Amino acid sequence: MNMMNTEIVKSQVRQYVMDNFLMGQGAKIGDDESFMASHVIDSVGVLELIAFLEERFRIKVEDDEMIPDNLDSLNGVGRYLARKLHGAN
Amino acid sequence: MALDATSLASSTARTRRALDQSVLDIDCEAEAARIGDRLREIVARVLHRRGVVVALSGGIDSSVCAALAVRALGRERVLGLLLPERDSSSAATRLGRMVAKKLRIEHRVEDIGATLEAIGCYRWRDEAIRRIFPAYGAGWLSKIVIAGGPITYFNLVVQSPAGEVLEQRMDAPEYLQIVSATSFKQRIRKTIEYFHADRLNYAVIGTPNRLEYDQGFFVKNGDGSADVKPIAHLYKTQVYALARHLKLPEEICQAQPTTDTYSMPQGQDEFYFALPWREMDLALWGLNHDVPAAELAVAIGATPTQAERVYADIRAKRRATEYLHLAPQLVLAP
Repeated sequence: MNMMNTEIVKSQVRQYVMDNFLMGQGAKIGDDESFMASHVIDSVGVLELIAFLEERFRIKVEDDEMIPDNLDSLNGVGRYLARKLHGAN
Repeated sequence: MALDATSLASSTARTRRALDQSVLDIDCEAEAARIGDRLREIVARVLHRRGVVVALSGGIDSSVCAALAVRALGRERVLGLLLPERDSSSAATRLGRMVAKKLRIEHRVEDIGATLEAIGCYRWRDEAIRRIFPAYGAGWLSKIVIAGGPITYFNLVVQSPAGEVLEQRMDAPEYLQIVSATSFKQRIRKTIEYFHADRLNYAVIGTPNRLEYDQGFFVKNGDGSADVKPIAHLYKTQVYALARHLKLPEEICQAQPTTDTYSMPQGQDEFYFALPWREMDLALWGLNHDVPAAELAVAIGATPTQAERVYADIRAKRRATEYLHLAPQLVLAP
């Protein structure tokens, strides 16, 4: 996944988070902003986010991948998907 | 020790002693008297009712609430309800009866299994379980356990009639359906409690302790619904101390908290809390009194990082369950 693809992925995740959790309410989410610390996503919300990622990007989120580094910010999700889809570091 | 309040945290932090179980010590006689005075005042002068209904689960909290109510109002003004269903442990009804007998209060046993069957509690739950474990059916047992951290998720655990135990992470639809189906249990119980309360012109007692109340460990319009919650300010450790002071049966005083909601045995710390209740008490007290995570770590035998995570988990649960405490939100007139 090149830089452009990562940006596209982040854009899709951002749109999902804005639509599903904020219903268009609230300011734009920063790339490194913690979903949980900013009260955008709670524990059930994480499950919904995972369902979105699994369906949209055809991946399987493993139990040991459910960590904040992978799922708690747009940049984190972007990096996680890059590794997952293309084995990038 | 004066009963703590978050607002006192700053002023007491400089002078308090080291964090250990002794911070939870209370003068049980004085506290029972204080609760009793307030309970009488609330029932008579605020709620204008003639007595109280207490659902007895056989656990420590409801038993202490019933004992406090008897002490405050007299045994003639307290009705105990035992409301088992098909997944209840046999010990629950036995212990509930034991408490009612000890307190010499009128009590009724009403099995809510048929009501839950009719309303679809078991059907909705089992349908969601079978989406994960298709073989699940008659004779199987189930429960939900918390996993992961700091991002938490929930695993479904099932046990086959042959004893084989299987466990798998749940997706949101299955998790939400199983929890909402099992919440019928708390909501049907509350419906029956209010029937008897209305019939007798009584109030309904809610039995959460401080951990449960603070952390939102209750079902909205289920066990979270009540007219008065007399021990919601008491840490679990303090509830156990009151149980002994009120001379409740030893088996009650030693009972470990369970949810008694799923067919497999399930401790509260398996399903909801990050730690066993003794450590959770210290953590909640510590957070309320601005105790540094490093000091909590020493008190509960954890690393500072783990203690920080416990504090973070408490804060996160407060946020996530804030809506459970809210009254219905209104749109104000322009």
